[in-house]
Amino acid sequence: MTTRRHFLLLLPAAALSWEYLMAGTPEAAPNFSENEHWWGMLLDIDKCIGCGNCVRACSTENQVPEGYFRTWVERYHIEDWQQETPQVDSPDGGKNGFPPSTAVGGKNFFVPKLCNHCVDSPCTQVCPVGATFHTKDGVVLVDEKYCLGCRYCIQACPYGCRFLHPTKKTAEKCSLCYHRITKGLTTACAENCPTGARQLADLKNPADPIHEYLKTHSVQVLKPHLATGAKMFYHDLDGSVR
Amino acid sequence: MKYDLGPLGAAHKIRHADPHGVYVTKFKDAEHLIRLAAVVLLGFLLLLVLRSQYIPKSFGEFGFYRGAALAEISSKPINYAGHQACEVCHSEVLEIKKAGKHAGVNCEACHGPLAKHADDPSAETLKLPDTAVLCARCHEANLAKPKTFPQVVSADHSGGQVCKTCHLPHSPLLQPAPVLQSGGKK
Amino acid sequence: MPVNGFMYPNEIELQWSVMIVVYPFVTGLVAGAFILASLERIFHVEAVKPTYRLALLTALSFLLVAPLPLQLHLGHPERSLEMYLTPHTTSAMAMFGFVYLWYLMAVILLEIWLEYRKEIVLLSQSSTGPKRWLYKALTLGSTNISEGALRVDDKVGWVVTLIGIPSAFLLHGYVGFIFGSIKANPWWSTPLMPVVFIFSAMVSGIAMVMLLYMAMMKIRKQPIDMRCVDTIAQYLFYTFILDFSLEMLDLIQRIYEADESFRSLDFMVHTKLYFSQVVLQIIIGTLVPLAALGVIQVFNIPEKIRRATYAIAGCLTIIGIFAMRWNVVIGGQLFSKSFLGYTTYKLNLISREGELISAALLILPFIILAVLMKILSPWPAETLSAEDGVSVAGAQ
Repeated sequence: MTTRRHFLLLLPAAALSWEYLMAGTPEAAPNFSENEHWWGMLLDIDKCIGCGNCVRACSTENQVPEGYFRTWVERYHIEDWQQETPQVDSPDGGKNGFPPSTAVGGKNFFVPKLCNHCVDSPCTQVCPVGATFHTKDGVVLVDEKYCLGCRYCIQACPYGCRFLHPTKKTAEKCSLCYHRITKGLTTACAENCPTGARQLADLKNPADPIHEYLKTHSVQVLKPHLATGAKMFYHDLDGSVR
Repeated sequence: MKYDLGPLGAAHKIRHADPHGVYVTKFKDAEHLIRLAAVVLLGFLLLLVLRSQYIPKSFGEFGFYRGAALAEISSKPINYAGHQACEVCHSEVLEIKKAGKHAGVNCEACHGPLAKHADDPSAETLKLPDTAVLCARCHEANLAKPKTFPQVVSADHSGGQVCKTCHLPHSPLLQPAPVLQSGGKK
Repeated sequence: MPVNGFMYPNEIELQWSVMIVVYPFVTGLVAGAFILASLERIFHVEAVKPTYRLALLTALSFLLVAPLPLQLHLGHPERSLEMYLTPHTTSAMAMFGFVYLWYLMAVILLEIWLEYRKEIVLLSQSSTGPKRWLYKALTLGSTNISEGALRVDDKVGWVVTLIGIPSAFLLHGYVGFIFGSIKANPWWSTPLMPVVFIFSAMVSGIAMVMLLYMAMMKIRKQPIDMRCVDTIAQYLFYTFILDFSLEMLDLIQRIYEADESFRSLDFMVHTKLYFSQVVLQIIIGTLVPLAALGVIQVFNIPEKIRRATYAIAGCLTIIGIFAMRWNVVIGGQLFSKSFLGYTTYKLNLISREGELISAALLILPFIILAVLMKILSPWPAETLSAEDGVSVAGAQ
């Protein structure tokens, strides 16, 4: 037999083994490249109506256990000039909306919260085994097969966005619906927000409206003094918000 | 009995107090330490073997984490199809919605997660939500809602009637809602 | 779960339980006991020599128990090997795995082995049954206990103790660092945290060895070496003053600066943490023992009363240091990071991280110590009796 025949005989074997190798690999979206994106989100306080759709949608999309929250909504009430002592409530994370306010007058508004997918996240810094990490497109994820459940990351997060899954016993938090955004969809919370208060933003995409928005509007992040590099940008976030 | 060595100058002191040079550490006197070192080395080698066996193969592929986790997370099941999927088939609803106040409200915000239905329309039928509860979630008056957002105290507003009596959910104009055909697929 | 005010929804449940209180308490005792041992070896405080071997064995007993509360706490203890396989170098917790291993292998076990090698070799020849095999294994096959070999042991042991001191500081200081470096939590976040942890560890370790020595001597019906115990109590007193000063410095500075977290923390200390912090840690656990030990430094107190005082002061000190760990760990999780509310810690009696387990973990080191003392006696050969249950090396 000639060398060429030998080679041709190898091809089907190679194809079969390649098939076998790839069989275990979940299908990623075609043409999705991590390097082309840098994810963030815009949260417009002026638009949030505290309906709780986002909390319910996230809970359904990500099978979030009852009593724990990957995202939640807080209601603020500020009496006159008392910026340092707001009255805040978040009944069941705002999952079923909010009951009528008992406090009359003052300043009232809703604040949706979620993981800030910080650039300099304290949570990934403290993870002892590399179970929580940054992707190249700026999302902080948790590897539930590798997490030990030591809870150090939960302690280190200044925003209270992490929790320990009660049955999986691993740390969990908002994943920015990574399984959706890598397929061209938006996050479950943004999809279900009726007023557009939550909008996924791709900071690396020059066509994304976020760039124009950031230029023309005043934006804030939560706890800027902790220098976490938070990428959830709030519009009209009152100074009293913790 | 141990020798009392004293502060750091001890070795120096002993050497001078030991004129016959007995104080020369013979190899056999330190041999037990060599044995100990061998045991430690063995332990270290064991750890290296453990490392190669138990560290997941994809660890470090993209960063300090298990590379395979990315694919695992990306392939989690999707429950909300996204409004683009609905609009493919339900374009006539989209036409009505586009013109009204609910243009920015996505389908599943009210109709719930319908990815299964989008994949196979015959499998899961559309579940119409209860308007009395559904509409109130957004439109029941609350001090914390933005002042410009349309909100009412439903007891005063409709006197107990369900919202659908006067408002068409896809385009909430204040007029009698036309009778809807069931289904609604193109 | 009762919440006062507002807490972020995920904060309501405490993350680090009493297991994480027991753990620094235990490693603190390790570090403290070792420092006491080093007093004799490095700093030539001859008076405390009777407690040298006891301190080493105490350190080992507690060191062996230290990983247990952590294993009980982890969501997936079966994955804990990951910390050695893929340690994240930016994580203080990951680096601990290696500090622990270093301290266990290169400091404590090595020092004990070198200290006891002569007895081990002699016992491997004189004992019978399974004990003989144990001692034989411990000799690592070498039976050289000549003067030259013992001199080598002594020198190397001295170096090991010397290295052991910063290692002990590292072992327990890193726990303080784990808390102190969390900027998210203002109750924990302070550069003083590792220092406070180290000094309180020394206090608890010294007190523990002092108590154990007095207790063991009583049990063995041997006279207590008062010069030894008086010296230990003196070191305890001075270390305690340093520890207390550091804690007070932290407190006073906090009150003075009154940053955004202050009002919330202040309220917490006056309400939820009042008993454990003010009553148990400060008054009963620090001021009372300090006053008692201080009186003894100034006035001439008869021996019997001194002994009783040391016993009581020692016990109160241990309780106070445990309370300190509690106040740091649990206290740091009782208030909201929004500074607008508080939650409650539900400690169950029977649970994987509950009261019974905590009690068991705190008793276990003493059981281990009892076993260790039977194998490697810390007492001078001439004072050994049948009660010690140890085969006397070289006895006919």
